[in-house]
Amino acid sequence: MSKTLPTSDEQGKGASRRDFLKWSGAAVAVSLTPSVVTRAAGERADETIAGFFEKMPLKLEVNGKLHQLQVEPRTTLLDLLREQIGLTGTKKGCDQGQCGACTVHVNGRRINSCLSLAVMNEGQKITTIEGLAKGDELHPLQEAFIKHDAFQCGYCTPGQIMSGVACINEGHAGSADEIREFMSGNLCRCGAYPHIVDAILETKKGGNNL
Amino acid sequence: MINFDYLRTASVNATLDAIKREPRAAFIAGGTNLVDLMKRGVTSPPRLIDINNLPLKNIERTSSGISIGALATNSAVAINEMIRSDFPLLSQALHAGASPQLRNMATVGGNMLQRTRCTYFYDTTMPCNKRQAGSGCGALGGYNRMHAIFGASDKCIAVHPSDMCVALVALNATAVVRSNKGERRIPFGDFHRLPGDTPQTDNQLKAGELITAVEIPSNKFQQHSFYLKIRDRSSYAFALVSVAVALSIENNRISDARIAAGGVAHKPWRLLNVEKALTGQPASVETFQKAASIATQGAKGYGQNNFKLKLLPQAIIQALETASS
Repeated sequence: MSKTLPTSDEQGKGASRRDFLKWSGAAVAVSLTPSVVTRAAGERADETIAGFFEKMPLKLEVNGKLHQLQVEPRTTLLDLLREQIGLTGTKKGCDQGQCGACTVHVNGRRINSCLSLAVMNEGQKITTIEGLAKGDELHPLQEAFIKHDAFQCGYCTPGQIMSGVACINEGHAGSADEIREFMSGNLCRCGAYPHIVDAILETKKGGNNL
Repeated sequence: MINFDYLRTASVNATLDAIKREPRAAFIAGGTNLVDLMKRGVTSPPRLIDINNLPLKNIERTSSGISIGALATNSAVAINEMIRSDFPLLSQALHAGASPQLRNMATVGGNMLQRTRCTYFYDTTMPCNKRQAGSGCGALGGYNRMHAIFGASDKCIAVHPSDMCVALVALNATAVVRSNKGERRIPFGDFHRLPGDTPQTDNQLKAGELITAVEIPSNKFQQHSFYLKIRDRSSYAFALVSVAVALSIENNRISDARIAAGGVAHKPWRLLNVEKALTGQPASVETFQKAASIATQGAKGYGQNNFKLKLLPQAIIQALETASS
């Protein structure tokens, strides 16, 4: 397998992957207007590329804070959040998209972060469980989870709450049945489902601005 | 996960160039199936081509129906107003699949290309002709409760897991694919293939081709469409059997009928014989029962999945009753 990969631009217009990595590397090294540098690279290249063991630059916003990072392409968004950024609220359950413990919002939409490569989230706005509270003031659904005792061991809870917030915002929390259907991507092995549904129903009825 | 080169393209032409340079590369869009398979070592492409920036997300009316970009997400299609009003069967089928999180990631093109969920395909310590040609089929004499009753071979009895594709084959959709040689259109019923002696190949896509859109012709099925999915739990599970029904009823007589089944074959399975038995007949339970009774002609069970031979006709009757009411 070739380690240096020709891009169409190397064959054509002249801007190369090596140049691209150099610009991005410089951006990280001196922390000077990285967005401008990265955008310039993007405009000059029809393709962005990282080789087999190379890290590539990644810029994304997590809970309102901009991060400029270097990641291996195989790093999932989940591992990036937990291992590189240090936000361990998002949990790794099955790590294969079956349990929902890793649920986060990307541009306001809930996804399984274990099945999303970090590099696929360039320029996106990520919200994790740590981003819901406003200072010491918990999010209404967090309050409702406590009030309704909507968890036992708590491992699935961050994913349940992120999914629950999205469920309400999507307009899919109209009834207990609808909530059960649209929360089906979040498993709870302790079986706290009835209380989770209660917490979401109450938060929805409370009409809080989520 | 075994490492790989990563390439992010910004245009269809750059993508087609990229796949030509490295034919072993895989396109990645939502990643909900591919990343899973790569983590488990079922597949390990040397390069991923990230196509998420391509302008293929639009859902547009055309002179003959609707065109859905290959990168439109499952949730975007399911909640789209035009889809819900004109093609409710597709919206229902999409909502029956996966979870809200996965539907937010998964795309139309990716849904078409998802691999079987046969446990022998996923377990790399087991034989599987689809994963490793010539290694045998573990499911034939093994755990085959989820497996095919139509069109299987002695090399593979796996089923295609999609719900969306079952609705699309019933709606006579067309897949639009592009390569450096140009564009071609594949009728949806021909897109996926039967396993035969080469179960490693799921569909008719050729090397270097990219799905760009799915087109659905206009129809008169809005009032009488239903997608019934039967599974081991009430949500978030693959189908044991699913049935997509679309009827056009005039003066209580069925003027046009489409029926397709999921969870029963290596491809979404159109039941043309049942459609024929319904067309021109009164929309009655008797008609539905008679038509459903021939649904399993040519079907074969493999032991644990014999129940599907009884479940499918019952599911067809129930779906027809719901759709016609």
